[in-house]
Amino acid sequence: MKKLLEVKDLVIKFALRTGEVTATNGVSFTLKKGERLGLVGESGAGKSVTGFSIINLISKPGYIAAGKVDFLGEDLAKIGDEKMRSIRGNRISMIFQDPMMTLNPVLTIGTQMTETLHQHNPQMGKEEARNIALDKLRKVYIPSPEKRLDQYPHEFSGGMRQRIIIAIALLTDPELIIADEPTTALDVTIQAEIMELLIELCETEDMGLILITHDLAVVGQVTQNIAVMYAGSVVEKGPTAQVIAEPQHPYTQGLIAALPQSSRHGERLNQIPGMMPTLKDIPPGCAFNPRCNQVMDICKTETPGLRPGKNGNLAACHLYPPGQEEQG
Amino acid sequence: MIAFMIRRIIQALIVIIIISIIGFAIKQSVGDPLRELLGISVSAEEREEFREKLGLNDPWYIQYGRFLGDAARGDLGTSMFYKRPATEVILEKAPATLELVFVSSLIIILLSVPLGIFSAIKPNALFSRFLMGGSIVGVSIPVFLTAIMMVYIFSIKLGWLPSYGRGEVVMVGGWGTGLLTLDGWKHILMPSVALSSIMLPLFIRLIRSEMMEVLEAEYIKYAWAKGLAHKRVWFVHAFKNTLLPVITVGGVQLGVTIAFTILTETVFQWQGLGFMFMEAVERSDAPLLVAYLMFVGIVMVGVNTIVDMIYGLVNPTIRIAGVK
Repeated sequence: MKKLLEVKDLVIKFALRTGEVTATNGVSFTLKKGERLGLVGESGAGKSVTGFSIINLISKPGYIAAGKVDFLGEDLAKIGDEKMRSIRGNRISMIFQDPMMTLNPVLTIGTQMTETLHQHNPQMGKEEARNIALDKLRKVYIPSPEKRLDQYPHEFSGGMRQRIIIAIALLTDPELIIADEPTTALDVTIQAEIMELLIELCETEDMGLILITHDLAVVGQVTQNIAVMYAGSVVEKGPTAQVIAEPQHPYTQGLIAALPQSSRHGERLNQIPGMMPTLKDIPPGCAFNPRCNQVMDICKTETPGLRPGKNGNLAACHLYPPGQEEQG
Repeated sequence: MIAFMIRRIIQALIVIIIISIIGFAIKQSVGDPLRELLGISVSAEEREEFREKLGLNDPWYIQYGRFLGDAARGDLGTSMFYKRPATEVILEKAPATLELVFVSSLIIILLSVPLGIFSAIKPNALFSRFLMGGSIVGVSIPVFLTAIMMVYIFSIKLGWLPSYGRGEVVMVGGWGTGLLTLDGWKHILMPSVALSSIMLPLFIRLIRSEMMEVLEAEYIKYAWAKGLAHKRVWFVHAFKNTLLPVITVGGVQLGVTIAFTILTETVFQWQGLGFMFMEAVERSDAPLLVAYLMFVGIVMVGVNTIVDMIYGLVNPTIRIAGVK
């Protein structure tokens, strides 16, 4: 299948008053057309910032220090502001975390939908834009969309708002959707609905999806591949089922063991000892070494690159022989 | 919306009643009306007779009821200096002050909106830094000093603008306006600039800080992520949200501006309410002072009610709250 997106050796830094902080340190992954990839990690692992870097919208003082974001042959890390704007919200759409905060409270849903269409298709008439908006609202199962278009965000529930945001993401038939924790702020029952909707739409519209989340259970249901991030680096990559069933990296193993369903009733929940280091004091060698239960001497000095583990998943861990270090 | 409006009007009425109680209290405690009417050469028995006749021996609530009834009919007593009904004096002086407030509000709105937006979206530009520094200076200089400096420069040194009075006034209905003649505009220019000199810097800073806060909001980041043009994000998405707090503060400040006219009108000998008020204080003209208090109170309540209704139009969540 054709390659849609390739992120390569992405380094994102934040220029703070106290000095520079590295948020991601050489993140690489690829996405094929129509593929769904999960970007998993704890808060602060750099997954959101990676997602935003794809549309070149990192909050200041963050910036892309090195690496490239190849989107169908164009390096989004380097193209100009004007060109980037014609891709944002048009060919790559984003779904934000908290639907209660994402929509502008003083503009109607209709305005917030049609403005995107008008922005990317200046010749489009009002009637046509409205019809497209209605069509997309139907696709996300909003009842009586004609009436809903003239309402304001506060007249919708959280789940409904996230559907509207998905509808906005669909407006221009994008090739890629980046969803940053799209269900974290929602009830569990609504979470499943939204995820199913996303899968259904990705399949019918042949869209790529990058799902950024800390929730392994959600990733398991939605995506075909997973990249696990820890302290600004990808530590494990592979097909979703394989990563969840046989995690290779000790961090991924710890994450999966920490899922409540993997401990028996009455037992204490498993947890990974310690905390993820803050970006300022990432230990030398493997960033995970202070918390790792299989730590070796080499882990404290040398940073492991990604290499095939026992089942072919790529893992950045010294447990596996280096040999063919893998970049992509 | 209608329910919301009715509620606001009831609230406004309550405030007006409270103002009237204060006005009544002032009237009761400032001076003895009998001395004003009779002088000092009248005997004590005759005084008592008059007192009874005028109802001054009635309990305070009956007197207050009478005061309120008179006020509702537009009768706020007779000015001691002008020897005319106080309401009539107020209405004669009001156009001058209202025009002054109107022109300086216009100056404030027309300048603070673009300058505030600019310094919010380009906070590091040299011009923004200059604005922020300059606005501190502007706030710190008292109105009368600004006014006197302007008179010195533009009237005395350069001779461009007249230093006092309203100039040519044209009567339109019962309203004497200076805004229809070039001479009137020449006269109103300096007083209105002086009057806006305190509020303008405050408004620039207010709009700037509100806008900067809004620009950090999640929905603005989302608007960028939709690929919208800068103009659209700044002037539609961000500015509309900036407006909400600015409208609220603006309404209150408009009232404060009316109060500031006392200083400006005194410096420029502007024949408006502020000037009249200063004269009334000097002459201990109690009925006129009370009438002024009532008039300004009612204007402020009216302005705030209108502002709240505009707020309801801009903010969709308020509209819903009114429907309930």
